[in-house]
Amino acid sequence: MVDWTDAEKSTISAVWGKVDINEVGPLALASVLVVYPWTQRYFGSFGDVSTAAAIMGNPKVAAHGKVVCGALDKAVKNMGNILATYKSLSETHANKLFVDPDNFRVLADVLTIVIAAKFGAAFTPEIQATWQKFMKVVVAAMGSRYF
Amino acid sequence: MSLTAKDKSVVKAFWGKISGKADVVGAEALGRMLTAYPQTKTYFSHWADLSPGSAPVKKHGGVIMGAIGNAVGVIDDLVGGLSALSDLHAFELRVDPGNFKILSHNILVTLAIHFPADFTPEVHIAVDKFLAALSAALADKYR
Repeated sequence: MVDWTDAEKSTISAVWGKVDINEVGPLALASVLVVYPWTQRYFGSFGDVSTAAAIMGNPKVAAHGKVVCGALDKAVKNMGNILATYKSLSETHANKLFVDPDNFRVLADVLTIVIAAKFGAAFTPEIQATWQKFMKVVVAAMGSRYF
Repeated sequence: MSLTAKDKSVVKAFWGKISGKADVVGAEALGRMLTAYPQTKTYFSHWADLSPGSAPVKKHGGVIMGAIGNAVGVIDDLVGGLSALSDLHAFELRVDPGNFKILSHNILVTLAIHFPADFTPEVHIAVDKFLAALSAALADKYR
């Protein structure tokens, strides 16, 4: 899908290497549910999501955040082949979970903001650009089986 | 998605906290946008240097953030308060309004970097809503 330069590959791996999935995953997913409350429609069985505090403290949200972030690891490890890597995940989201694919872009943007907050100034504009290019490819791959 | 009283008070309180660094935030957000979304450079082809931290980027980032700060002051009537700016963007600059969302995202990234403790999810949603309402007001005169 994309021919990454060596510099891009190492930037993406370096960023991902510093991300603690157990912290960032729950925070990113919870933030999506707070900032874009209509996304709560996909998590009816998760219990109390009635307030920001409830969402941030919800253990099911946290657990699922780790699952979602964990799946990103596959993309980092298969950067040359993200489309194929996400084929079945895309099909699942399209045909079983019925998730609006715009949500992938929303999660990617929120994840970028959460990572930026963690990294501070070390998340330079150039690193942000490369990371967002990677996010764009991941989002496209996740939406690829919708039609 | 109109701004509630709570949204407005959260935005005003947060803007009070960041106002000292507004110029820096604006400059950095603009630099990030030009770097991460290179298609936005088309609107600044008259600048010699489009790199983050360059003089025109710093200056213009300050201008933009100053205008956003003014918008906080007219938060109860963004369409009225931003009318002249909307004319400017619609008829002179002709910036595609899709770009307002892109700049808003980069402002959020920059705020998260500079104010990690203050940029809670509650602040995130209020500022995101405010920037969306501001963008809509800025696009009001386009057609």
